[in-house]
Amino acid sequence: MNTAATPATLRAAATPIVIVGHVDHGKSTLIGRLLYDTDSLQDGKLAQIVESSRKRGLTIEWSFLLDSLQIERDQGVTVDSTRIPFRLGEREFVIVDAPGHRQFLRNMITGAADAEAAVLVVDAQEGAQEQTRRHAMLLRLIGIRHVIVLLNKSDLLDFDEAKIAQAETDVRTLLARLEITVEAVIPASARDGDNIASRSDRAPWYRGPTLTEALADVPPPASRLALPFRMPVQDVYRFDDVRYVAGRIERGTIHVGDQIAIGAQGQVATVAEVCRWHAPVRPEAGAGESIALRLEPDLVPDRGDLLFPAHDPAAAPERSARIRTRLFWLRSEPLHVGESFTLRLATAEHDVTVTSIDAVVDLDDLTLNPGDSVPPDGFAEITLSASHAVLFDPFSPGFGDGRGVLVDRYQRIVGGAPLIGPAALPEGGHAIHPTASRLDAQARAAARGHDSAVFWLTGLPGSGKSTVARQAETDLAEQGIQATVLDGDTLRAGLCSDLGFSPADRRENIRRAAHVARILAESGQVVIVALVSPLQADRDLARQIVGERFHEVFVDATLETCEARDPKGLYAAARAGKIPAFTGVSAPYESPEAPELRLPTNGTTAESVETLVRFVTGEVGHA
Amino acid sequence: MDDLDQLEAQSIFVLREAYRKLRPLALLWSLGKDSNVMVWLARKAFMGRVPFPVMHVDTGKKFPEMYNFRTEYAKKWNLDLLLGDCPPIEEIDPSLPPAARSAARKTAGLANLIDRHKLRGVIAGIRRDEQATRAKERVFSPRGAGHRWDVRNQPPEFWDQYATPYEDGMHIRVHPLLAWREIDIWRYIERENIPLVDLYFARNGKRYRSLGDQDITSPIDSDAATVAEVITELETSRTSERAGRAMDHEAEDAFERLRVAGYL
Repeated sequence: MNTAATPATLRAAATPIVIVGHVDHGKSTLIGRLLYDTDSLQDGKLAQIVESSRKRGLTIEWSFLLDSLQIERDQGVTVDSTRIPFRLGEREFVIVDAPGHRQFLRNMITGAADAEAAVLVVDAQEGAQEQTRRHAMLLRLIGIRHVIVLLNKSDLLDFDEAKIAQAETDVRTLLARLEITVEAVIPASARDGDNIASRSDRAPWYRGPTLTEALADVPPPASRLALPFRMPVQDVYRFDDVRYVAGRIERGTIHVGDQIAIGAQGQVATVAEVCRWHAPVRPEAGAGESIALRLEPDLVPDRGDLLFPAHDPAAAPERSARIRTRLFWLRSEPLHVGESFTLRLATAEHDVTVTSIDAVVDLDDLTLNPGDSVPPDGFAEITLSASHAVLFDPFSPGFGDGRGVLVDRYQRIVGGAPLIGPAALPEGGHAIHPTASRLDAQARAAARGHDSAVFWLTGLPGSGKSTVARQAETDLAEQGIQATVLDGDTLRAGLCSDLGFSPADRRENIRRAAHVARILAESGQVVIVALVSPLQADRDLARQIVGERFHEVFVDATLETCEARDPKGLYAAARAGKIPAFTGVSAPYESPEAPELRLPTNGTTAESVETLVRFVTGEVGHA
Repeated sequence: MDDLDQLEAQSIFVLREAYRKLRPLALLWSLGKDSNVMVWLARKAFMGRVPFPVMHVDTGKKFPEMYNFRTEYAKKWNLDLLLGDCPPIEEIDPSLPPAARSAARKTAGLANLIDRHKLRGVIAGIRRDEQATRAKERVFSPRGAGHRWDVRNQPPEFWDQYATPYEDGMHIRVHPLLAWREIDIWRYIERENIPLVDLYFARNGKRYRSLGDQDITSPIDSDAATVAEVITELETSRTSERAGRAMDHEAEDAFERLRVAGYL
């Protein structure tokens, strides 16, 4: 099975360095210059760039070395990240060029997430800009410890010592707020090559390293061999009646004869063989190796099960169903409490729900503030809850542990989630573990023949909400659409019987109705809510709870019409002073600012019902 | 671990992810040096066997040495070999420059194979250092309807978490060699003693650095007749690997257009 391989010269793996910074502060130019100055360009490449530059009326545009796509060259932006090998003396580097544009944050993360060190490019004149702060925040979240600041375009300040000292102070203050240690701040001009590979004679006062000197000082990756053993199971194969437990060792070492525990169940097995193909036989393996193990007894772990040393509590991972987590959020819509995701953690997948948003980063001053949602491309600290205990090692810069990502139901990666540690329960709190349905919304819709949605009917008392809702429910059923009506009186008879009519109670009434509507909609129903819901703020709350399925419908009848109808005799009672705070009489009604549908009641009820039914079938896509 | 160990371990990890997450899955075997390394890595990942089909998109214009190599090693390595042919050149967009048109033929052949076998995953041996648009690639690169690569809208990929197909009709191109450089490939070939078509080695002062179709690949001047000599040559070379590939030079964006349309 094994043959002796020729020993290769021992070479260290290339060190990845990410170049980040605000758009137009000169990242791509810097890389082009660096490659040129260190003689790393292949023949013909320079001529190619000169030609591409000439075509666009430029003298020489270094960034064309990396910006290889047409759109990048035509618009002068970096769309996606690029990695290029680069050598300084005997040491190999990989330079990662990351786009600075805000909408390309995910491409930047794609490039930067594994870097050992970062060069933060800051325009010396402009100073830190929005993307500088955003990228610095990201460097902290992905755990890059070694940061070199390049004050680019220092020639525009004539390398003036005082001005550059001021720029340096500003950047250092910013990074200190993120607890990022700065290794060097280099005044430079990437375009002219000052302090890149050679010392600038325009800044004789500068005593620090050039960029290449600073890069040469980046420490090699920390060894993970001395840490307790961890191997997430990637797969289990059965070939020729032998079972192989395959995976990559994330840290520590394993020897034949070691006892290991398997996953949250903690079954114990002994390593019978460390299996490799076409490699020298060795009874051990260490961090970084992709290997296969044969276990005794011949247990069958699942993908995602973490293997760790048995019988040693000190070497065991954390175990918790509630986990405090940092987050960088990549979805183009905000994140709210209550949303469910799959947490991918190495090869494991866990169903989790966001149970709280603990703090949101303000990108203007990089402070942590309370918030109830995380904006697109935002950063936050949140708490995730799973339905069962998750085994993990907290995230720590420079190591691979605890690096979770959140995946939505369409299998898209929507966030990076470095895990901080177990979350304590709030004082007197209960351990709640909301779980997400495993049924796919599309599958449900296909089975029913229609999508689900919430239609929130608001209007004055007596405007005809319940009547329209009930008739629409019947008409929809005839068309094969499953609809449910939640009306105010019915809710108040049961679920909300403990509530009165104070503004706080009305708000609570709406909050509960919205949550019930959401649950029903998630189960595939069309939900028609008929609630006075007089305040716009309360209806906005309902919209926030329900999400994108929410449709506001304004049943628009004048006060005179409603009072003239007065089907329940409520207006009469209110006018007689028997009902305090009656909407329209003694309490305000705020008409919707922008309802998705307006049902004027100057027509007949039948017309309103027909309009509503047509709108509903249009929205839920009934064929 | 040295750098080759690390590249090897990472490629094995990627191949195992593909095998677990993408079924049906197949590996593209062009018979060139990179794809031989890839087959070798697959054998490493799966204890000496390749548990999915290996596909050769055949233009019918390969060198005879390559066809002989295919027959010999498909048998020796016990590969489940699938062959796909390419439509005749007359059926390909005549507005393309000649070499690009020839490459587009190969794209069509590949698309046919993917459709015929309803593949969800296609393992391909491209490397970032070969060509600038390849440098923009993901390890798991989603291809949408018509096999198109949406370069402006690639999914995030970090911490070894990869995209999976989320719509019918899409597939993932898996690139286990993305981080390898040409010289790494050769050092690994030397270390593992991986067999190659001998067109890579100099005869009468010429050798092929990269192998494509006979009509669009040219040999380079070289006296490197062994793997060790090739490594020495590369350590001092300053020309790009694909300098002998005509289609890369026809127009600034020729290669990008080919790749967006599904070419490797």
